[in-house]
Amino acid sequence: MIPFTYARAANTADAVVHGSAAGAKYLGGGTNLVDLMREGIEHPAGLVDVSGLSRDITETDNGGVLIGAGVKNTALAENRLVRTRFPVLSRAIVAGASGQIRNMATVGGNILQRTRCTYFYDDTGSRCNKREPGQGCDAIDGFNRIHAILGASPSCVATHPSDMCVALAALDAVVHLEGAGGKTRRLPFTDLHLLPEGRPDVETVLEPGELITAVELPAQPMAARSTYRKVRDRSSYAFALVSVAASLEMDGATIGDVRLALGGVAHKPWRAWKAEEVLRSKAATQATFQAAAEAELADAVPLKDNGFKIELAKRTIIAVLGELSGVSA
Amino acid sequence: MSILEQAKQAAQGAAQSVIQKAVELAPESWLPGGKPDPLIHQKHGLIGKPVSRIDGPLKVQGKATFAAEFPMDGLLYASVAFSTVPKGRIASLDTSAAEAAPGVVLVMTYRNAPRMKPMPVFMSNAKAAGGDNLPVMQDDRIHWNGQPVALVLAETQEQADHAKSLIRVTYEAEPATTRFVEAKAQNTQPGLFMGQPMKQEIGDAEAALAAAPVKVDVTYTTPRHNHNAIEPHAATIVWQGDELLVHDASQAVTHTAWSLSEVFGIEESQVHVTSPYVGGGFGSKSLWQHQVLGAAAAKLTGRPVRIALSREGVYRMTGGRTLTEQRMAIGAAQDGRFEAIIHTGTVAMTHHNAMPEPFILPTRSAYAARTFKLDVEVTYLDMIANTFMRAPGESVGTFALESAVDEVAVALGMDPVALRMVNEPSEDPTEKKPFSSRNIVEAYRTGAERFGWTKRNPVPGSVRDGEWQVGMGVATSTYPYHRMPGGAARLTLTRDGRMKVEIAAHEMGMGTSTAQTQVTADRFGLQLDQVDFAYGDSFLPGQVLAGGSQQTASIGASVVAAQHAMVAELLKLAGNDSPLAGLRADEVGGMEGGLAKLDEPGRHETYASILSRAQRDEVAVVGSAPPPLETMHWSMHSWGAMFCEVRVNSVTGEVRVSRFLGSFDCGRILNAKTASSQFRGGIIMGLGMALMEETQFDERNGRIMNPSLAEYHVPVHLDVPEIDVMWTDIADPHAPMGARGIGEIGITGVGAAVANAIYNATGKRIRDLPITLDKLM
Repeated sequence: MIPFTYARAANTADAVVHGSAAGAKYLGGGTNLVDLMREGIEHPAGLVDVSGLSRDITETDNGGVLIGAGVKNTALAENRLVRTRFPVLSRAIVAGASGQIRNMATVGGNILQRTRCTYFYDDTGSRCNKREPGQGCDAIDGFNRIHAILGASPSCVATHPSDMCVALAALDAVVHLEGAGGKTRRLPFTDLHLLPEGRPDVETVLEPGELITAVELPAQPMAARSTYRKVRDRSSYAFALVSVAASLEMDGATIGDVRLALGGVAHKPWRAWKAEEVLRSKAATQATFQAAAEAELADAVPLKDNGFKIELAKRTIIAVLGELSGVSA
Repeated sequence: MSILEQAKQAAQGAAQSVIQKAVELAPESWLPGGKPDPLIHQKHGLIGKPVSRIDGPLKVQGKATFAAEFPMDGLLYASVAFSTVPKGRIASLDTSAAEAAPGVVLVMTYRNAPRMKPMPVFMSNAKAAGGDNLPVMQDDRIHWNGQPVALVLAETQEQADHAKSLIRVTYEAEPATTRFVEAKAQNTQPGLFMGQPMKQEIGDAEAALAAAPVKVDVTYTTPRHNHNAIEPHAATIVWQGDELLVHDASQAVTHTAWSLSEVFGIEESQVHVTSPYVGGGFGSKSLWQHQVLGAAAAKLTGRPVRIALSREGVYRMTGGRTLTEQRMAIGAAQDGRFEAIIHTGTVAMTHHNAMPEPFILPTRSAYAARTFKLDVEVTYLDMIANTFMRAPGESVGTFALESAVDEVAVALGMDPVALRMVNEPSEDPTEKKPFSSRNIVEAYRTGAERFGWTKRNPVPGSVRDGEWQVGMGVATSTYPYHRMPGGAARLTLTRDGRMKVEIAAHEMGMGTSTAQTQVTADRFGLQLDQVDFAYGDSFLPGQVLAGGSQQTASIGASVVAAQHAMVAELLKLAGNDSPLAGLRADEVGGMEGGLAKLDEPGRHETYASILSRAQRDEVAVVGSAPPPLETMHWSMHSWGAMFCEVRVNSVTGEVRVSRFLGSFDCGRILNAKTASSQFRGGIIMGLGMALMEETQFDERNGRIMNPSLAEYHVPVHLDVPEIDVMWTDIADPHAPMGARGIGEIGITGVGAAVANAIYNATGKRIRDLPITLDKLM
C-alpha cells in the first residue's frame, strides 16, 4: 500500500476542505475503497474519513425520508420508515454483500463503489480504460458474463455493482451535495452516475471535493407496494446478473403509475424510463409487461458471454410486474 | 492438564469405551489367504464412535500453530511478483525502486537467486513432491502467465507488498499455446497416469455401440477448477547452518523434505519439514515454487523467511484441476445390459508436469459391459502446471459416466437405479479381478428408501411448485482404495502405560489424528487419553502422503507392523514372573491397559506393570508396513449412491439444491462424526463443481482472471441444503481396520446427481459444467 494521510472530518465543511486537496478521497466504511487500495487500484494521497458525519435517518415534512450519507447499510435496511414506505430499498440492501459488510458500508460509499470487472481489478496484467484512460479494454473480448448490455461504449463495458442504488433509482431519490466554499446543490439520483462513453474513469458528475451529504427519498405512496428481485450465480454473496427494483400503483385493472430500475446491466443503475412509459395507464396484462420489457431492452447489445442477460432482464421485469400487480402468467 | 488432554478425556467419556476381551494382533500382510484385521470385529470399542476432534479445542481457541504463525526472531516477510505473459523472456527488470523502499532487505530475481536444481516433479520418484520441474527463478524464461519473476523480503508484510508493487518488468513475448481447441488440433498424446497407460480396449466397442439398439454418444465438458483451501499456502523457513527447517502447510512432509534436499543439493536428513496443522489441502498442498523461493531467499539473507501467499498468489503459483472434454458413449441392449462403454477425450496439461486428469478411472470398475474403449489424450498448453484436486479423475469422470447412464435410462424408459442394478458386475470388468468388497446394491437400496426415491415422477418437467420446477436425480459415486508403499510408524510405550504413535502423516482437518487415536487405543486395549498421536513431521518414520484417500490404510498397516514388534519386545521383558510367561505373540492381545491371553483373559498384565518390573522407562519400536499387495489381488474401491433433489426456477433458470443424500459403502467407518464431515464436505465441493466453480482462464494470454473468492464462486451456506449421509459399515476384509478411506469419494457422482435431477425437473440435459442459470433459461 502506498503511504497516504488520514484525517477524520469534524463536520461537513471540514470534510470538504480536506476532500478538495489533490488526490484526496472520502472514506466511508472502507469496504470497497480500502480493498481497492490493497489491490493497488486506488492510490489516494489522503483519506478523509466522513463515516462519522450525517448518520441520521429523518422523516421529511412531506412524508419522505432524509438519509444521512454516513448511515450504515444495515441501519438503513432495518429502519421502520424505510421498511414500511420503501420496502424495495430494504430488500435491495439485504440482497447485497454480507451482514458484516453491510454493518460497515455507508450510503455514500455504496453509491460511489466501483465496478467488479475482473480486468479493472487486474492492475498488473490487464488493460482497462477505467483504471488507465486510453489504455484499452480487455473485457470487451474477454470474460464478460457480468458486464453491461445497455449503455456501454467501445471504451468500457463495466457495470455498476450496487443493489441499493437500483432501488434509489426507482424511488426518484435526490442526492444532496456540498462542495468547495460550502456550495450545496441537489441532484436527481439518476443524474449522478454517468455512462462510460469515452471516459469510463469519470463515473459521476461530482465535482472535485464535492461530498454526498444525504440522500432524500421523496414521498412515493406507491412505493409501499414495491420489491426488489435479484438474479445471481449463487444464493448469496454474488453480484447481480440482473436485478429489478419496482414500485407499482394499480388503478383497478390498470397500471396507475410505476417506477422501474435495473441493476447488473449497465455502467450506472438503470432507470427503465422506456418501460415505464409503455406501462403507464395500460391494462396490467402479461402482454403489457412483455411490451414494456421489450421496449426497455430494445437497444441492448450482447457481448460474447452475456447475451442471456437480455432475455433474463425481460423475464425478470415481467415476473416482478406480475408479482406486484397480482397478474401472473 | 493440557487442552488436548482435556478434550481427549471429554471425548473418552462420550465414547464410553468398553473393552471386554483381548484384541488379537492384526495380520502382518494383507495377502490372499490371510485373516482379516481382528479390529473389524471389535464392536464395543472406540472405533466407529462419533468422537469429537481432539484438535478441535485448540483450533477454536486459536492455539493451533499454522505454517504462517511460527514465531521466529528476525523474521522477514516475502512478497512475490508474477509474470503477465504466458511465454517469452524477461526483457527488462527494474528493481531499484523496490530495493530503495522502506524495510526492504532483499529483492531476489533470476539475476541473484542461488543456483538450484528444478523440483523433482510429482510421480518422477517415490518421494518427489514438486508441482512442476521448471527452473525456479534461474533464468529469464517465462513458462506461464503468473510465474514468479521477483521476490521481495522486507521487515513487514506491508513493506514487502509495497516494494513488490514498485518492480517494473517488461517482456519479450513469444507465441504461446493458450487455446485448448488450437492445441488439441495441433497435437494430442495418450496420457500416462502414475506411469501407466490409460488407453484400454476390450472387444470392439465401436462396433458394439453401432450395433446396440439403444445408444447415447455425447460430449461432456468440465472447466478448470482451483482448490481454495481456507488456509492459503504458506511456509516459515529458516536455515540453521547447512540445515533447512520448513514449517509448511503440507500434505506430503517427507516428500517435500526429500524434494527440497534435491533442489538445494543437500542430504535428505538436512531438511526438516513440519506441518502440524493444515487448513485444507485437497491435493494442492504439495511442493510448489514458493517454498523453494522462500528457502532461497532465506539462504541469501541468512534470516528466517515467511512466505504466505495471497489468494491471488495461490491461483498464480499453485495449480488447479485442468479442463476435460469427454466423449461418453454407452450402447445398451433392450433389457438395459451394456454392450459397449466408450469413455475417451482430451485434457490440457503442460510439458512441465505429468498429471493428465484421469477421468476414465471410474469407468474401469463401475459397470459390467461386453466391450470397453477407454482413453485420455493430452494436449499441451503454456499454463501453470495443473495438479491433483479432490478425486482427480473420478470427480469429473463420474459427471460424464453417470450423466450418460441417466441418458441411457431415459432412452430405455427404465428407472436409473434399476438400470445400474442390471449392469452390476460380478468382478472388476476391466481388471478382471475379484472385488475385495462391493455392496453398492445395498447402498442404493437403503439410500433410495431413506430418500424417498419411489416418489420421483419419471416424466421430466412434471413437478412444479409455483415458479419452481422440481426434480430428483441419482448417480453412483466411487473412489479407489489406495495404500502407497513406504508406511512406517514408531511406537513408544512409557512406564505410565501411555502409548505414543509417531508417523509422518498429516492432519488437514479430516480427523486423522482423532480416528487413528481411536484405532490405536482399541488395538492396544488403551483408553483414548492414553494414546498420543504425533504426525506432520518429516523426521518421523514413514512416507505417508495425505493423498488418494490412503492415509487411514497406510497408517493402520504401519501401526499393525509396529505392534508386532512391540508385543514381541514386551513378552520378552515380561519374562517368567508374568501371567503372560511362555505365551507367543499370536496368543495374546491388547486388553485393559495391557496384554492378555486371547482365550484366557485372566492371564493379563498391564503395560505399566511389565515396564516397571523390567525397570524400563519406555519401550520404543519401529514397524514398516508391508507392500500394498492387496491391491494386486483384489479390485478395491469404495462406492456410493448420491440422491439429489433440485428446484429450478422457470423464469430465471436459477438452481437450488433442496435435498441431498449420500449413501456410502466405504468399508468400516472409524469415526462417525469426522466421517460425516468428510462426506458432507465432499458433497458440498461437488455442489460447487456442479453449479458454479470455474477458473476463468483467459485463452488470449493464459491469465487467470478470477483469482479471488469473490469472483471464483464456491457454495455459500445458503446454497447448501441439509445433507443426509449414511453408510453400510460393511468391513472390507482385505483392508486394515476393514476401512477403505473416505476423503475423496464425497465429491464424486455429485455433478451427475445434480445434472440428472435438473433433467428430471426441466427436461434439459446439461453436459457442460458448471450448470449456470443461462444454460437453463
